[in-house]
Amino acid sequence: MSVDAQDAPRGKQGRAPDVLRVGGWMPMREYRQDEAVDFAIVGTGAGGATLACRLSEKGFKVVAFDAGAWWRPLEEFASDEAHQKKLFWTDERLCDGEDPVKLGNNNSGKAVGGSMVHFAMVSLRFRPEWFKSRSLLGYGVDWPLDWREMWHYYSIIEDALKISGPVNYPWGPKRGRYPYRAHELNAAALVLARGAEALGIGWTPTPLATVSAPRGLAHPCAYRGFCVSGCSTNAKQSTLNVWIPRALKAGAEIRDLAMVGRIVVNDAGLCIGVEYFREGRWQFQRAKNVVVAGYAIETPRLLLLSATSRFPDGLANSSGLVGKNFMVQSNQAAWGVMDQEIRSYKGPPSLAVTEHWNYTDKGKDFFGGYSYMSQGPLPVVWALTENRRGLWGDALLQDMQHYNHYVGLKMVGETLPQERNCITLADEKDDYGLPIARVTHSYCDNDRRMIRHALDFMEKALAAGGTKDIWRETDDTCHLNGTARMGSDPHTSVVNADCRSWDVPNLWICDGSVFPTVGGVNPSLTIQAIAYRTADRIEALASRGEL
Amino acid sequence: MNPYTSRYPGYDVLSKRDTPSWDAVTRKVIEQRMATPSEPSFLDVVRWRALEALCACIVPQPSDRPQAPLAGMVDMRLKKNAGDGFRYARLPPLREAWLIGLHALDEESKALHELSFASIEHAAQNTLLSRMQHGELSGAHWQGMDAQLFFTQRVLPDICGAYYSHPYAWNEIGFGGPASPRGYVRMYYDRRDPWEAVEAKPGKEQQALKENRRVR
Repeated sequence: MSVDAQDAPRGKQGRAPDVLRVGGWMPMREYRQDEAVDFAIVGTGAGGATLACRLSEKGFKVVAFDAGAWWRPLEEFASDEAHQKKLFWTDERLCDGEDPVKLGNNNSGKAVGGSMVHFAMVSLRFRPEWFKSRSLLGYGVDWPLDWREMWHYYSIIEDALKISGPVNYPWGPKRGRYPYRAHELNAAALVLARGAEALGIGWTPTPLATVSAPRGLAHPCAYRGFCVSGCSTNAKQSTLNVWIPRALKAGAEIRDLAMVGRIVVNDAGLCIGVEYFREGRWQFQRAKNVVVAGYAIETPRLLLLSATSRFPDGLANSSGLVGKNFMVQSNQAAWGVMDQEIRSYKGPPSLAVTEHWNYTDKGKDFFGGYSYMSQGPLPVVWALTENRRGLWGDALLQDMQHYNHYVGLKMVGETLPQERNCITLADEKDDYGLPIARVTHSYCDNDRRMIRHALDFMEKALAAGGTKDIWRETDDTCHLNGTARMGSDPHTSVVNADCRSWDVPNLWICDGSVFPTVGGVNPSLTIQAIAYRTADRIEALASRGEL
Repeated sequence: MNPYTSRYPGYDVLSKRDTPSWDAVTRKVIEQRMATPSEPSFLDVVRWRALEALCACIVPQPSDRPQAPLAGMVDMRLKKNAGDGFRYARLPPLREAWLIGLHALDEESKALHELSFASIEHAAQNTLLSRMQHGELSGAHWQGMDAQLFFTQRVLPDICGAYYSHPYAWNEIGFGGPASPRGYVRMYYDRRDPWEAVEAKPGKEQQALKENRRVR
């Protein structure tokens, strides 16, 4: 094996790692720093990598930057929770508010490919009405996007990732067949199914971005269960092994271990490139357009860090909304013990899902929706869950004896946008000398009512599924969105429907930050769909000379 | 003394080390972890003694087998200053929190028993920790750090996170352990692959012991 991916960049000298072959390399085009490329993209996660791929496939000159390392999954992803923390963003952030969030593992990534390298592969579409939740459902804010257009893009992304899913999806308008057949359910998923059927609600095998049949060099999923620690077989279809190889083939350059610290703006108020730290020094890449795709904390942080005398409150911030309306998803759970052996560590962690409470508006004392899924926590995650209900010492070791008999149902719940939930800059600095982010989060009453509803219902569903000794995990969150919302009005949004900044016309934001509302499903499919659409829009604008 | 009766007698996840369930990179990282020295490389000797005693309370490992080097694993992490990617604004950074917390634990113990935390009875240690867990400890020696938050956000996750990343813990709970490239085949209720731990049903402990010794 060559030098450690975290010690020296791998995207260099005209080549990049071929992550599908042990020790493999593939050619990579390189651009000069003084050549103004068409797009400098900051971040290579679900938004940045998808956009880099599509823009380069359309012939634009693209350089994408990632602060993290370029890993080779086949050789460098251990079957080990602790070691694989190397995929997480572990630079310090400060968390406060009434309900401070936990960061670092399930909601962050610092690697080429971003957090999709360790995502749980759950690939769900938004409910159509959520794009107009204010007009149709009476809460939140409307998106400037039309659901029919989004459903068109969803089907493109599902095909690009060869999503394995059910023949018929129980909710929402008719959709096409998923490209690959659904995975076999494990025992934990069967408990979800049993509970749902007993309570008379729908459920389905989860559409997942891990292949159920061979695809190219990737074998079908081997059900090793370490999905959220990174897939070592490439069965998982992600930014790292789908969008980025495509981007490279189309002529994009990806710079790993390259932390962008500032977007540089000229006197005319236009971006001229980015300053980034790589190989021990600050460097500058010229660009005609800059895209920020650093996810809901790093994106506003970079915009705030790039303040100038002309833009004293940060770039793209005339609305004052950069960093505001930070939204997590509530991720509470009910857990219980089955008489049977479950061994939920086998297979993808969330093989079954119900979106019943996303698509049903009756019987709710709250706005918004939630889904819930079966779970497969590995030992460290599980022990820390037990810690959070106060167990340690003999009590912990005794209850850990039930590990193979536990099943859980965990919600992905829509929290409402609130301006008081925000990303700001702290006084403390990181290793690059840049102020770290302060993440302020509090639930609102509506969030709390939804969580209560979900916990009550999931408890009932567990009991109906045959589970005993049920208890509640009350304080977990997942996914980060908002902080640079899209909209139709420059006064109430940061970017327009094309992810283009209202204030700086050659500055774009393309990641979960642009979500005006967050919905009750995992966001990655929607982020990719928006990025794919954005590339189409950029092409259309360019052809009209409006770029 | 053993705090529980194992459901998986004789199961040793390390017996799979040379099977298709362990690839080269996994063998390497687990070997390194198991070789963590049981001596301090970051903490001073006084705090190290407190940490060892604290680990023995949080995870009382069975005495009839080798011990996972929990204090060494926590100390190694402090040496690397390997943070989580966030901290509650009311807590100081990783190293500072542990330096303050371990010193304060000794001070609490001395105030009550005139002995350091490592030197008092196990039951007294647990009582003190229970008071920390329930927010009943405070004072100048905590240097403004919230003792309860230190317990819930640092002590428990750091020590338990270390323990459940160690193969000895996987043996106890019947976790399959590393699984690449072989993975698993049998997904249904009450089904196990031949390379998974056998659970002892009441009265069948000897049979489980025998079968677990064959797990590869």
